[in-house]
Amino acid sequence: MLLIEIKPDKCDFCGVCVGVCPEDAIELKEASISIIEKRCTNCAKCVWCCPIEVLVFRKDKIQQLKAKSN
Amino acid sequence: MLDKFYDVIVVGAGPSGTTAARFAAEQGVSVIVLEKDRDVGYPVRCGEAVSKEGIEPFIQPDPKWIASTINSFILISPDETEVKINFNRTGYILERRIFDYELGKLAAKAGAQIITKAYVYDLLKEDGKITGVKVEHNGEQKEIRGKIIIGADGVESRIGRFAGIKTHVKISDMECCVQFTVSSISVNPNACYFYFGTEYSPGGYLWIFPKGSDSANIGLGIGGDKAKHRSPISYINHFLDKKYPQVPKLTMISGGVPCSFTLEEIVKDNVMLVGDAARQVNPLSGGGITSGMIGGSIAGEIAGKAIKQNNFKLLQQYPEIWHQRVGKRHEIYYKIKNAIYNFSDKTLNSIAHSAIKIPEDERTLLSIFKIALYDKPSLIFDFAKIFFY
Repeated sequence: MLLIEIKPDKCDFCGVCVGVCPEDAIELKEASISIIEKRCTNCAKCVWCCPIEVLVFRKDKIQQLKAKSN
Repeated sequence: MLDKFYDVIVVGAGPSGTTAARFAAEQGVSVIVLEKDRDVGYPVRCGEAVSKEGIEPFIQPDPKWIASTINSFILISPDETEVKINFNRTGYILERRIFDYELGKLAAKAGAQIITKAYVYDLLKEDGKITGVKVEHNGEQKEIRGKIIIGADGVESRIGRFAGIKTHVKISDMECCVQFTVSSISVNPNACYFYFGTEYSPGGYLWIFPKGSDSANIGLGIGGDKAKHRSPISYINHFLDKKYPQVPKLTMISGGVPCSFTLEEIVKDNVMLVGDAARQVNPLSGGGITSGMIGGSIAGEIAGKAIKQNNFKLLQQYPEIWHQRVGKRHEIYYKIKNAIYNFSDKTLNSIAHSAIKIPEDERTLLSIFKIALYDKPSLIFDFAKIFFY
């Protein structure tokens, strides 16, 4: 389950997230960005490095996951 | 419109890519540059500062892409002590958008083809060999075959990954940057300002680079390990609110600078990496234009020769020549960066207080660095290596 969310309207398409992603899980074109879910390990390095807070780590989804598994 | 085969395919039309293309084309081989954005040189993701002597080997300085000429640095410590240093060489603040265009034209003049809005999404592999690229151009997927692929695809460096090279950057080595180009501010048009310390730019620095007399690039870069706790945009907004509230902002841009040393592998089979993609940035300053053009020129020339002589073993010369000319020096700069960027505010203040006691005409970066050595004596070994090898 993907815990990283992108706010595309906020994105400047600069590529920092791609540069730090250990799994090559981010696809960035001139003005579009997406996470390749099957590669993403939710390590959050992209979230930490985004200069303008485009990527968000959805902690609330962890709760959802737990709730589901219970 | 596109041929299906080129000797050399360059991915990315920044300064390293177009320089690689130019040097390859000058060897008389066919070259194409594929740029994913719709423009060469835009958007500008750069503070735009270079030294005159760094770019002169590649392009003749031209007023149309020089926004300001720099003759001094002003270093500002956390307690706002300003240390002015006369730069004994000449610096420029560029208009990158025009500068990059001119580099593109030089590549074209040498015979290279350039295409924009051409996004390379994978390498073409046939019988276990890399034989070209897969590209999305104007919404259509195409294949272009080539003998040598040069990845000049910047901080993302995906061409290297497609070829099996580990290119991702450690977060502490990624300077996470944001910059505003602002108008109606009063700064010395011939000085670059640098702010150090935890208030504005922990693990990096904040810069003000003038563009003419009433406009400037104000930006900052902080290490990813610091950005994790508070974002660069939040730091720069804090600075602008405090120092230049209500200033008109003409452009806002984000970006990342890989401030590590060069990748272990910058050639693999018939794939070469140049510029930011090869992590050829000066890790101390974060400047990548000059070193990227050096990397591009070496790689391009070797690629051209390898094709002409049909001897692909020549590509192995690239890392060696790069390391001799620049790479080794960057390893030392990297160590110095890690020391300086970890200085406490107190140490930075005490260095500034000592530095302003040096008469201005004797003040140099070297003399200030000597003061810093008192706080971190082990730096002297790294520093000595820069001058004595």
